[in-house]
Amino acid sequence: MNLDSKIPEGPLAQKWTSHKFNMKLVNPANRRKYNVIVVGSGLAGGAAAASLAEQGYNVSCFCYQDSPRRAHSIAAQGGINASKNYQNDGDSVHRLFYDTVKGGDYRAREANVYRLAEVSSDIIDQCVANGVPFAREYGGLLANRSFGGAQVSRTFYARGQTGQQLLLGAYSALSKQIGLGKVKMYNRHEMLDVVKVDGHAKGIIVRNMVTGEVTRHAGDAVVVATGGYGNVFFLSTNAQGCNVTAAHRAYRRGAGMANPCYTQIHPTCIPVHGDQQSKLTLMSESLRNDGRVWAPKDQETAKKIREGKLNPNDVAEDDRDYYLERKYPSFGNLAPRDISSRAAKEACDDGRGVATTGLGVFLDFRDAIKRDGQKAIEERYGNLFEMYQCITGDNPYETPMMIFPAVHYTMGGLWVDYNLQSTIPGMFVGGEANFSDHGANRLGASALMQGLADGYFVLPYTVGNYLGEQGVAAAGQVTTDHPAFAEVEADVQSRIQKLMSIGGTESPRSFHKRLGNIMWEKCGMSRTKESLTEAIEEIQALRREFWSNLKVVGDADSLNPELERAGRVADFMEFGEILCRDALMREESCGGHFRAEHQTDDGEAMRDDDKFAFVGVWEYKGDDVPPALHKEPLVYENIKLATRSYK
Amino acid sequence: MEKTMNLTIRVWRQKNRLDVGKFAEYKLADISEDSSFLEMLDILSEQLVADGHEPVAFDHDCREGICGMCSMTINGIPHGPESGTTACQLHMRHFHDGQTITIEPWRAKPFPVIKDLVVDRTPLDKIIQSGGFITARAGSAVDANAMPIAKGIADYAMDAAACIGCGACVAACPNASAMLFTSAKVAHMNSLPQGKAEKDRRTLAMVTTMDGEGFGGCTNIGECEAACPKSIPLDMIAHLNRDYATAQFKNFFKPVA
Ligand SMILES: Cc1cc2nc3c(=O)[nH]c(=O)nc-3n(C[C@H](O)[C@H](O)[C@H](O)COP(=O)(O)OP(=O)(O)OC[C@H]3O[C@@H](n4cnc5c(N)ncnc54)[C@H](O)[C@@H]3O)c2cc1C
Ligand code: SF4
Ligand code: FES
Repeated sequence: MNLDSKIPEGPLAQKWTSHKFNMKLVNPANRRKYNVIVVGSGLAGGAAAASLAEQGYNVSCFCYQDSPRRAHSIAAQGGINASKNYQNDGDSVHRLFYDTVKGGDYRAREANVYRLAEVSSDIIDQCVANGVPFAREYGGLLANRSFGGAQVSRTFYARGQTGQQLLLGAYSALSKQIGLGKVKMYNRHEMLDVVKVDGHAKGIIVRNMVTGEVTRHAGDAVVVATGGYGNVFFLSTNAQGCNVTAAHRAYRRGAGMANPCYTQIHPTCIPVHGDQQSKLTLMSESLRNDGRVWAPKDQETAKKIREGKLNPNDVAEDDRDYYLERKYPSFGNLAPRDISSRAAKEACDDGRGVATTGLGVFLDFRDAIKRDGQKAIEERYGNLFEMYQCITGDNPYETPMMIFPAVHYTMGGLWVDYNLQSTIPGMFVGGEANFSDHGANRLGASALMQGLADGYFVLPYTVGNYLGEQGVAAAGQVTTDHPAFAEVEADVQSRIQKLMSIGGTESPRSFHKRLGNIMWEKCGMSRTKESLTEAIEEIQALRREFWSNLKVVGDADSLNPELERAGRVADFMEFGEILCRDALMREESCGGHFRAEHQTDDGEAMRDDDKFAFVGVWEYKGDDVPPALHKEPLVYENIKLATRSYK
Repeated sequence: MEKTMNLTIRVWRQKNRLDVGKFAEYKLADISEDSSFLEMLDILSEQLVADGHEPVAFDHDCREGICGMCSMTINGIPHGPESGTTACQLHMRHFHDGQTITIEPWRAKPFPVIKDLVVDRTPLDKIIQSGGFITARAGSAVDANAMPIAKGIADYAMDAAACIGCGACVAACPNASAMLFTSAKVAHMNSLPQGKAEKDRRTLAMVTTMDGEGFGGCTNIGECEAACPKSIPLDMIAHLNRDYATAQFKNFFKPVA
């Protein structure tokens, strides 16, 4: 597997500019001869599809929801980072770059991160021009706030609905192109495989989720922007339909899968209520700007709270452990996500957890309300407080909120080079689906930034460059009549038939839950060699059971949510094992990957830069053969590796 | 202790677009009051699957009240009885033991039923495609702070932009009008300085498409506002009517290209 990262020559700050200059251009009149397939209509896919169409390419865009506006980017609450330095508090491209590499625990590629920081300002300009109603100050200028893990105020936001507004901005640009006929939109279509011709990605096979029809689509390049794989854990903050299918199918066709073990557990989610639960709800991290996180100092007090015998408001100041403020005095409640999550787990493991399950800690606004008044807090977080009350039935203005960590974001994904091209030439990967910019841990408000950077500012250039290199004579030459399409379509059909015909007794949802349980218990916030080895065996056994005892009701040629879930769970079952293998291979703790064997005396993550400063990339080798590991060494020329400290 | 309830679910079953469809009735036991409405439907699905029947198909995705995918009429009200709440954010604590709950798809001519509770809402996308955008090519934008926008205007635009495109307003309206949806987008974009250049064109195009897609006219009944999970106010419709009148007036003298 060739892992040439294609990082341009030259000083860090000039790489992107000179790379753009050196790119092959496609003459505007020739662009309409090319077809580009974009899978996904989230920030990355939606922005890429709109921008490529604007440039003049013909685009086909696919999503599994009934409208491109519903991609899960819509659910992001907190904000988007940009190094505008509008607050005059010392921010710069270099600082955002530095913070992101450090926040990622020195496991990201310098050049990519630098470019991200560089284009971040353009994103805000673009979004404002598009009509995104960001929060503003009374003077009419844009407002900012600080966000987990940053000491400058560089986060732009639109109330608690930043993702929604950014996505609607990209969706409106996309809609314009659909209206103009430059983008053909395929809603309720699920990509089930990639088609390669002479080694290059030249198309996809999709299933129309309404009619069940399986169809072929050819293109000169394929962009995959299908989001993250958090649902491998069953319970997560992802939407119900989020899946790994597109990425995993591409992996099976030769795309390298990078760092799958880097999963982010978000510290502020609403605790689990029972075993009928279908998803976890995130409470925006911005709440940590004013809320103070605590657990009772002793187990006795915690027990009384759990049993409802003690009101948390009556716990004396001295009996509260504001553990983040205690352990990380300089960052306090704003400590990065991985660190905050682990600290919550520690408190609960210690028997000091609250909520009926014992899996919860408090996020208390009492002091902020006393200091700023209820009205100010309402203005800042009103909709979040309402959401909390709607879900839990408790009023957070009166009783402290309860929170617990939950799977939220996946830093790993398909390996891409500097051009966001995967190991399959012609297949590009953007947004959460690629592994590129966040290393082992993503900072708050950086995923929206990356999705839009990829979609608006990187892919439109790099895809164009690829098309230019292929030459205009090649444009539109591969059609769906090529035998490769028939072959892959037959594979897809036979897999659907297989899923439908097992005739067992257990539902896809039930298998999904069982898989999630293994993943969370054995490959969750803390992992060990032993737990991972067990997880791999258990997943293999579960997979055998799945293929012999799955029950899919309904039929394949109509809308069938059971079949959709079955296909996705089947892929999660394979992918979950790769994730565990990656976690087992990585004998160090870094960012979202915590190996209990590798920690300092006071429980902090211990990296091993000598042995593990590389991207772990997995290559598919066959169904019953373990995947092969390849390494892309990470070279730091501009940043000195240091132990990440937030004390 | 968590409280549970037993329920009778009366739900619309329709195989496909052509099927006439009918209600079916199912019993559910021990539903936790902490469950969400859709989790209750998940449990019903699992029960149906266990008995070898097809589960009830319904649209849903984020389950956080933001994607606008969930769409069902619960006891006669789109998104159910709690005001300002989507079906996915509705919790079972708002129902009681022994209750019969009736669930139907959005009923509106422009939204044909695809299966059970799933309807086709693409006409809403078409309205946006005809004019619900502010043209700004990637890379062409000026500095974001070059044009200060008064907080009041930005807040108003945000209020309007909060629409999740669920279509409950259409389902609630006896005329199946999409005025609340369309006006929210028009108000969002027309109120911002960036959106001014395309204001008239946008307004006329979106209204024309809305009419062309078979949505009915607005007769000021106000059911849409009551059903809207994001509490988009009727004032938005007044805003649209104003802008539409202006645009038509100008258009009368100078056709908009
Ligand atoms: C609750 C929540 C809150 C968040 N808050 C923040 C925040 O405040 N700040 C921040 O920076 N980040 C935040 N994030 C992270 C961020 O929202 C996501 O990482 C980002 O939006 C992902 O964008 P995307 O375009 O890569 O994918 P998505 O938006 O998930 O889009 C994926 C697209 O791919 C399509 N798709 C998927 N699979 C297939 C398939 N097989 N076939 C066809 N189409 C397919 C989907 O239909 C969809 O259109 C949050 C995430 C969550 C879950
Ligand atoms: S106006 Fe309200 S009811 Fe209508 S689509 Fe928007 S959010 Fe839904
Ligand atoms: S499922 Fe997204 S709004 Fe209800």
